[in-house]
Amino acid sequence: MDQNIKVLLVDDEEEFVKTLSERIQMRDLGSNVAYNGEQALKVVNDEVPDVMILDLKMPGIDGMEVLKRVKKAYPQVQVIMLTGHGSEKDEKEARKLGAYDYLQKPADIDTIVQTIRKAYKKKIEKPIMAATFAEAGEFDTAKDIMDRDD
Amino acid sequence: MLNKLKPAFWDHEDAAAGHYRRLFDFRSLWFQAVALTTFVVLLPLIFITIAEYTVTRKAAEDEILLRTSRFVSNTRRTVAFFLEERRFALEFIVRDNRYDAVSDPERLAVILDNLKRGLGGFSDLGVIDASGRQQTYVGPHNLEGKDYSGQDWFREVMEKGYYISDVFMGYRQTPHLVIAVRHNLPGDRFYVLRASVDLERFKRLLSQLEILGGGSAIIINREGILQTPCDQCGKSALEKVPFSVPEFAPHTRVLEESVAGETLVIGYAYLIDTPFILVAIKDKEALMQPWYHTRRQIIGFLGLSVFFILAVVVGMATYLVNNIYMADRRRVMALHEVEYSNKMASIGRMAAGVAHEINNPLQIIYEKAGLIKDFFTFKPEYKDDPRLLELVGSILTSVERCGAITKRVLSFARHQESALEPVRIKRILGDVLGFVDKEAAYRSITVTLDVDDDIPDFLSDRGKLQQIFLNLTNNAFSFIMEGGALTVKAERKNKRWVAVSFADTGPGIPAKNLERVFEPFFTTRSTKGGTGLGLSITYHLVQELGGKIKAESELGKGSTFIVTLPLDPGKKEA
Repeated sequence: MDQNIKVLLVDDEEEFVKTLSERIQMRDLGSNVAYNGEQALKVVNDEVPDVMILDLKMPGIDGMEVLKRVKKAYPQVQVIMLTGHGSEKDEKEARKLGAYDYLQKPADIDTIVQTIRKAYKKKIEKPIMAATFAEAGEFDTAKDIMDRDD
Repeated sequence: MLNKLKPAFWDHEDAAAGHYRRLFDFRSLWFQAVALTTFVVLLPLIFITIAEYTVTRKAAEDEILLRTSRFVSNTRRTVAFFLEERRFALEFIVRDNRYDAVSDPERLAVILDNLKRGLGGFSDLGVIDASGRQQTYVGPHNLEGKDYSGQDWFREVMEKGYYISDVFMGYRQTPHLVIAVRHNLPGDRFYVLRASVDLERFKRLLSQLEILGGGSAIIINREGILQTPCDQCGKSALEKVPFSVPEFAPHTRVLEESVAGETLVIGYAYLIDTPFILVAIKDKEALMQPWYHTRRQIIGFLGLSVFFILAVVVGMATYLVNNIYMADRRRVMALHEVEYSNKMASIGRMAAGVAHEINNPLQIIYEKAGLIKDFFTFKPEYKDDPRLLELVGSILTSVERCGAITKRVLSFARHQESALEPVRIKRILGDVLGFVDKEAAYRSITVTLDVDDDIPDFLSDRGKLQQIFLNLTNNAFSFIMEGGALTVKAERKNKRWVAVSFADTGPGIPAKNLERVFEPFFTTRSTKGGTGLGLSITYHLVQELGGKIKAESELGKGSTFIVTLPLDPGKKEA
């Protein structure tokens, strides 16, 4: 099942993101990379990932903007911020915009993978819960769960 | 003693000489203020005093002259009256008595007796005929038949009708004078009545006259021979006076003459129709005594005034210049603080920049090394080489450590802008002490952090707290010897205050320096690069946070700095 988790890594440091991608793959997760904001948005449009790992500071469209747009278009995508120079203010803003978690570089690979798994779990739980409520006839609650922006 | 009186600015050396141009030279400022004020205040005072001095002196001298002059003219009238009285008495006798009556010795003796009783002062009487021969004589000497025809006085009495002689000793060896009047008889004949006047009466008359200022009245003739004894000049009658004979004047005149080092005020008047000059001699010094008294008062008052004015002027100047000095110190201090915080800010920015730049390659190293480790972990062909695994592990640990440092630097730099936010004191202290971990290890300094659990997060300025704690830590580290210890303790004092203490095992601070450690530019490490600003800036930062800082110390044991911070910054103590 894990192999099905599609992770998109976005970071302008190519070497970093490539290596991280490789390491994630070694842990049986599917991963793709993007080196800047525009590219990330394009990749998301082509193939919607389950989880996104997003750097905050990037040339062009920065992480915050990417987060905003992705969450708007695909609210079900779980976004994990991974940044080297974010402040608490940035963290607050990112969480408000719907980021699942906020990690500081350097982050331990196990922590990253764990967070990805948790995020994925959350993503797939939502429709299941909604389906359960829908089966029970509580459509409003099911709709609420789907619309909930957490 | 003098050092205590010395104002603070006196030995001022600008600690920042070279950096900040000196606005004031306090010492010359002080001198200028004192000199100018003294000049402006004392000049009129001295001027007025000199004027007053001159005026009162002039008045005193005028008064003396006036008094002397009045005295002399009064006395002249008395003396002239005395002589005239006797002359008129003789005139009366010659007119009242016929020649044969006055030439009768018995009758003449009666007349002399009457004169002595009635007027006094007469000692003998003689009648001299036109040929100059004394016809009749009554008195203590036998002068009958004496021929006066060749003598000057006889000639004078023939010409003028009367004669008053100088004082002379005569036969009786007592000073006396002679008064003679001529009486014309029918047919160009005449005779002269001559009387000796005893000088005792004369002397008594003069001494009866009151003379102020210990002066004396004397009579001299036109040659300057004393006719009466002079107590003032210590000479008896018929001696020469010690001063020159004043020139003739029809009225009373007063002049000053200095005799044997003393200034004498001499008032004199020529007695008309006599050879006499009435002279009043007064010692000017004695007369000026009342004025000298006034002068002493004036000078005393001036001296006192000058003293008080100088005291006030010096006091005011010192006070004002000291205030300017204090203000200037504060200005320089503020400049330093600005410079210091600017420096801190730019160091912070630079550190943040460096940390950012380093962070990215660090991430790469980290991930690459992680990947290598992954290979060893997951790929069977690389597995089971514990040595390589260990190497990679070591790389990862190092990178993690670097990462921790850059994170810390970034978190410091991020809190440069001041803002109140909830802070956890334990975390800030941990961050700060983390900076000195390595130094502490190298120098075998034991750093202990002890934070009470019941300290809640509270609103404060994280950046300022970091700076305060870092300053105190650095300060402690600069004094702790190898093998010493720094104990940092945070405890909740009560509901409203939390106390953070930094106790070191340094040499301690002498009591006399203890109250000065927070003063700007106070340093005992000036030769070792201390600016004397660290603790003073810390002090200001603590104040800005509404807290308090104090230092305690025991020589040889160490010092403790205690920062007390309010848990609620809004409730500052009144």
